[in-house]
Amino acid sequence: MHQPRRLRTLRFFDIGADRGYFDDDLNKEIIQRISANCYLPANALLLKLIRRNPHIRIAFSISGTTIDQLEQYAPDVLDSFRKLAETGCVDFLTETYYHSLSCLIPGNEFEMQVARHQKKILKHFGVLSRVFRNTELIYSDQTGERIRQLGFNGVMIDGVDRVLAGQSPHQVFESPHAPGLKMLTRNYRLSDDISFRFAQNAATLTAEQYMSWLNAIPAHEKVINLAMDYETFGEHQKKEKGILSFLKNLFAQLARSKDFNFMTPSEAVENIEATHKLVVPGFISWADEERDLSAWLGNEMQKDAFDSLLRLEADIKDLHDKAFLTQWRTLQTSDHFYYMSTKKGCDGDVHNYFSPYPSPYEAFINYMNVLTGLSLRVKVRKSAGVVTKTTAAELAAEALVRV
Amino acid sequence: MNVLMFGWEFPPHISGGLGTACAGLTHALAREHVKVLFTIPKLHGGEQSARTTFINASTVPIRQKKEFQQESSTAAFPLKGSIPKKSRETNISQTERQVIEVPSFLSAYASPREEEQSFGLKQWNYSFEAPDEKIADAASSGEERPGKQIRYLKEPFSFSGSYCRDLLQEVERYAQVAKEIARRNSFDVIHTHDWMTFPAGIAARKVSKKPLIAHVHSTEVDRSGANVNPDVFKIEKEGMQQADRVVAVSQWTKNIAINYYQIDESKIDVVHNGIAPRPNTTVSAFTPPISLPIVTFLGRITQQKGPMYFVEAARKVHDQFPDVHFVVVGSGDQLPLMLERIAQVRLSGYFHFTGFIKGEDIDRIWAISNVYVMPSVSEPFGIAPLEAIQAGVPVILSKQAGVSEVMPHAIKVDFWDSDALADAICNVLRYKSLANTLKKNSAEEIKTITWDKAAKKIINLYYELSNRHENPKDPDLLFSGAPAPPLAHVALF
Repeated sequence: MHQPRRLRTLRFFDIGADRGYFDDDLNKEIIQRISANCYLPANALLLKLIRRNPHIRIAFSISGTTIDQLEQYAPDVLDSFRKLAETGCVDFLTETYYHSLSCLIPGNEFEMQVARHQKKILKHFGVLSRVFRNTELIYSDQTGERIRQLGFNGVMIDGVDRVLAGQSPHQVFESPHAPGLKMLTRNYRLSDDISFRFAQNAATLTAEQYMSWLNAIPAHEKVINLAMDYETFGEHQKKEKGILSFLKNLFAQLARSKDFNFMTPSEAVENIEATHKLVVPGFISWADEERDLSAWLGNEMQKDAFDSLLRLEADIKDLHDKAFLTQWRTLQTSDHFYYMSTKKGCDGDVHNYFSPYPSPYEAFINYMNVLTGLSLRVKVRKSAGVVTKTTAAELAAEALVRV
Repeated sequence: MNVLMFGWEFPPHISGGLGTACAGLTHALAREHVKVLFTIPKLHGGEQSARTTFINASTVPIRQKKEFQQESSTAAFPLKGSIPKKSRETNISQTERQVIEVPSFLSAYASPREEEQSFGLKQWNYSFEAPDEKIADAASSGEERPGKQIRYLKEPFSFSGSYCRDLLQEVERYAQVAKEIARRNSFDVIHTHDWMTFPAGIAARKVSKKPLIAHVHSTEVDRSGANVNPDVFKIEKEGMQQADRVVAVSQWTKNIAINYYQIDESKIDVVHNGIAPRPNTTVSAFTPPISLPIVTFLGRITQQKGPMYFVEAARKVHDQFPDVHFVVVGSGDQLPLMLERIAQVRLSGYFHFTGFIKGEDIDRIWAISNVYVMPSVSEPFGIAPLEAIQAGVPVILSKQAGVSEVMPHAIKVDFWDSDALADAICNVLRYKSLANTLKKNSAEEIKTITWDKAAKKIINLYYELSNRHENPKDPDLLFSGAPAPPLAHVALF
């Protein structure tokens, strides 16, 4: 569950102005809309289901960026999550606070964001999960080592075919590079059947149909991991199409079934033995056909924007200023790069669906304007110590003299 | 001297340089007491010029009918987005207007320039401004069908690929209207501006038997390079062939007319554009949002303007001066290509894109620019370098730009030679004395690049042509030793 802090349109002429980089109005509007369409009704439904049937288990992974915005714009959603947490049937996984690409940043930026997220989840829901799910299920062996070092004993990854290499995703794996780290592989086909293919043409998926697919899975298979955007339930798939009644029926039928038990990821990691090892040499994710990093760092604009962001790290951290650091970290949120993707076809359509920009080029230009503004302010702050408009002018003049 | 002129746009409603040039020329002609009947596809209100009568082609019937709907009629236009009559009535306060309402589908904004701007991006709306929102507002306050007015003015920005066909249809329809206009007015010469008006000129010439001038401000060869639109090319060629005289805005354009359109060299005259003196506006104090020095590219981001050569040069400049920033003003179909190339060479942090801007924002860009670069691949004239000079910015431009013929004090390089371009940029940035000398001398030079100068040449042409037409049996009058009437006339003014 994630909502980014979308950027406001920063024209070239406004680059130097310090009026905030985020489109608060838009972000407020979106999160309130999604709260009304999805978070509130879906949470209420789940709470009702759990009260009726305490065997139900659900896990959420909510980014810090989302929680921040819920605190500001929809605190009732946080209350409803707290009620779910109190049932003891719900797990809250750990991720990076900013839903960022920080696992690609050298140093300890990733670890700092994970720690920050843990603190936030603990504060709100009183839970400290030992299962990690990275931004959009980005993972590699190297990331696994870092996750294990942070003390996690489980990680949720996508059941990417080229990595599974013919093995079933319905089991618990262990990383050979990070002993003690169990891996839960998502069944992306069954997950996407709900999140992308629930309503196709006129027909919608029924719980009966879905149960028949689940029942077709051989009985010896240990665990089926279903994971999707929470926004699937009421926002991406509309309530009018019956997505919430589908959810209700599916839970009811699963709860009734003798063949299936619910488990949170933490319980699965705790209770199921890892039977096989899984090697993930390159980066995988759940995004696009490629299921790699290309959704965020596929084209040159995305790479250059990310490099430019990283070049600011040392200067930002030297300032020891919380506001600057938060802005820089919020710019790490993966969505900003996702909007710059120039992929075509179905994947391109998904990128467009999420993007607030008319084209990836505008996404890129606006992001770079914001980054330029931030770096200018950092430079001013660094050289002068005090931020005023005149020092910006002086600095510019000084640059001219140097040439 | 009465001139029937066919244009496609006129300030304040312009989408490119053509309208500005037409205005500069007609104002100067008026100062020389030439009466101009200026026809455009659609009047939007606000078009003004002394001694100029505007004909709104959208209101001219193609065939005369028994009853005309008069201007004062209150009947609603069956057209989408017509400007309320009220606003037109008040804005065009000029003399003898003859406006008769008849539906037509002509639209002044239907020029290829905008199509180029939006081509390649489904919805390019990054600081894309409506042509004139003030007019839209004025129209909506004119209480007649307000919703429609606004929609019309914004509509041209959602052009689709099929737009080009529509434009050709409009050009054809303009020619039909032109016949009627020629029948109903008396004049000595027909003067057309660029291909959209050439068929109109030819039609008017057939009806009136008056001499025709085809004024070439730009050609399809400049605009499209290797991907010439054959229909447009054909219209251009036909226009130049049928015209009694061709006026080219530069020697560069004259050469294109000779080499690509096989036009007889002897019937082409070069008349360079002028530039109106810069109004004394003070630019509000503006702190550059990025550090100096700044190298500026300003123009449509299309193949014609050479944006990719600018990027290549920028790369080389960056190696020498890592602090230099590059500002790109404008938009167009090559923007994606440009952005991707810049990202590929990891210079995104040094390039800044303003999108399409105008007015004071352009003044602000000039105010922070250390040098302006125009690496056009083929530029008939190119007014931007002159505007840069007026704003005190030194200029580097390509030898393939017509304006370079009137700019002895600019650094000129071949557009494809990015080494030379980079070198020139570095030199201007490095040697203050060079930049200052370029600025100072260009500022002097620019005083001589006037529309009055252009108008005088054109008036000579008018007299030469109209006399020749009146004395068809004596075409060599000018060379017979008799007093030359055109010159005498001009001397009087």
